[in-house]
Amino acid sequence: MTEKRIGDGTAVVRDEGAWTRRRRFLTAAAKGFLRVMRANPLTFIGFIMVVIIAVLALLILVVPPISQVLLGHAVAILPYDPVIGDCPPALYNAAGNCAYPPSGTHVLGTDNLNRDMFSRVLAALPLDLFIGFTVTGFALLVGGGLGLVAGFWDTPRTLGGFVSAVIMRVTDIFLAFPSLVLALAIAASLGRGTGPSILAILFTWWPYYVRLVRGEVLAVKHQPYVVAARAAGVSNLRILFRHVLRNVIEPVVVYYTLDVGTVIVTFSTISFIGIGVPLNVPEWGNMVLGYETYLLSYPWTILSAGAAIFVTVLALSLLGDGLRDVLDPRSRRVLAQAALPSTLAGVSAAKAPG
Amino acid sequence: MGRNRSDLIVFVGRRLVQLVPVLLGVMIITFFFTHVAVPDPCAIWAGAHAQPYQIQNCRSTFGLDKPLPDQFVAYLSSLLSGNWGKNPPSTVLAGTPVLTSIAIAFPETLELVIAALLIMVVIGIPLGVAAASNSGRWVDHLVRTLYLSGWATPTYLGGVVAAIAIGPALGLPSTGTFSSNPTFAQSLHFSVLDALFAGNLGATLDAILHLILPASALAFLNLGIATRMTRGSMLEVLPMDYIKTARMKGLSDFWVLYKHALRNSLISTTTVLGITAGTLLSGTVVIENIFQWPGIGFYAYDAILHYNFVGTIAVVIVFAAGVVVANLVADIMYGFLDPRVEWR
Repeated sequence: MTEKRIGDGTAVVRDEGAWTRRRRFLTAAAKGFLRVMRANPLTFIGFIMVVIIAVLALLILVVPPISQVLLGHAVAILPYDPVIGDCPPALYNAAGNCAYPPSGTHVLGTDNLNRDMFSRVLAALPLDLFIGFTVTGFALLVGGGLGLVAGFWDTPRTLGGFVSAVIMRVTDIFLAFPSLVLALAIAASLGRGTGPSILAILFTWWPYYVRLVRGEVLAVKHQPYVVAARAAGVSNLRILFRHVLRNVIEPVVVYYTLDVGTVIVTFSTISFIGIGVPLNVPEWGNMVLGYETYLLSYPWTILSAGAAIFVTVLALSLLGDGLRDVLDPRSRRVLAQAALPSTLAGVSAAKAPG
Repeated sequence: MGRNRSDLIVFVGRRLVQLVPVLLGVMIITFFFTHVAVPDPCAIWAGAHAQPYQIQNCRSTFGLDKPLPDQFVAYLSSLLSGNWGKNPPSTVLAGTPVLTSIAIAFPETLELVIAALLIMVVIGIPLGVAAASNSGRWVDHLVRTLYLSGWATPTYLGGVVAAIAIGPALGLPSTGTFSSNPTFAQSLHFSVLDALFAGNLGATLDAILHLILPASALAFLNLGIATRMTRGSMLEVLPMDYIKTARMKGLSDFWVLYKHALRNSLISTTTVLGITAGTLLSGTVVIENIFQWPGIGFYAYDAILHYNFVGTIAVVIVFAAGVVVANLVADIMYGFLDPRVEWR
């Protein structure tokens, strides 16, 4: 710890050093995190699920090429080939195909081409998750950037005011399109396939972030601390990034978490309609499409694909929904109540007006 | 500015004027995607084995060989004059004008969306109230899990399961609007009202039964939005003084929650429901296909799948207009629900 004397030497400023500060910040963050997780078991479950899903996707993506380099042969994470099916007559079931219910060798059963459902569902994980995170991330960067500009420089009759007016008008127009419909139209006009459907979602996803970020910036930028920074002569850009952005980021992160799931659902809907990912590529939406007719005869096929989307999106929503409750100061009080030991919580709930 | 009727008229009028640039922008963007982003739609329309002269014919028929500004003027003037083109031969409704198809399909979609909204309001809002008044306890956790699972179920999955498994199990019909072709005139294309106006009670019941599955499937996904919003705003309202007063004067829980607290929370729920219109409309594309519901979503699917550009353009514009109007309705509702709002 160093001490710095300023002015005539009577005032002492203690500088704890960067490491101490960082450690203190991290402990506080960890403590806050633990408190939140304890208060809200659903959020905790969501968090654990998201971590497991993300690690799994990473392993599926990364292990085969790395092992190829290190060991000379690819170590497959998936127990069976998810794409190529082989159904010799010896394996035919009564209906003349290879769909078998879950068993010891095939945890989620097999589909009509004798492909292992467990492998197929997992094989789709990296693609769907990657698209969920990157498309939303792109929308966040583009929309968020435009929203920052539109919210921060909105004085009428200036260049900034003009730019932000233009941004908002264009955003309003894009907001009028139901995103799935525009995405379908774009995917239909750009041709079918994974690329066009990603592009289509990219085109329709950013306007929500413009609205969100601009609203938050407008709420923050007249706060006393921003005015104080301005009075102290801090430059516009510095105010934007150090003071405004940091206070805007919380609700945006919450929205992002919830939105990743929505993008996954939209992407798989485009494949379900049949204009997205080609049918031979494992993807949850087109698996539901492909196995639609088997819902009653081989329910494990369509239901494993459906369950995969369901679990992924549910995990993300649980996490996002919990984060919102935690970060929103208005519901923090309620949470704090729930975090009390049950007897105390009962008492305070009885006393509370709610 | 105030809250009398003339203020309301000025407010609605001004909002309608504001719609004009938005709709114009919608048309421009649609033009961009259908005329500029696609290098040569005729190469697709004419088929994989088309001769060069066939592609050339196609280009001149659709005016695609003209410069872009000319194409844009032609596109805009035909849209504004109500000449939205005809469905090409490859589609189901070949030869009929696009605008006619849309006019027939639109009320059916409206019916489905209204039914779904009704389910969302009747089931979703009480669930939100129950969750908020028991916040942090198991009812709250249960309701949250329920609406998050609705959120996490893709529309198509819920639709397929409802149509193939739940429908037959409950004996509910899962295709179309009526069991047999109706003998009465379908002048409104709003199946329940058509049957009702024809005085045919059996058909009315039949139409309602046909509506249950698709509307529930559409509502289930969005139920969470109503519930989540109600829960959130109830949590904000419940600690307020006037609720305390209501409790102190001895009102029952029911009246405190549903009359005093809910009235205030509904303000934000309504706004959000208005914004949901877009999601609901998107959902109809999937749901109407699964349930063979003859609405705009069904038409949209056919148009998109068969490269019916005029149809696609029309659908996108109609959907965008639908969203904008829904937002306007939500704004007006907002004013009715919140007496502090002034029309401006």
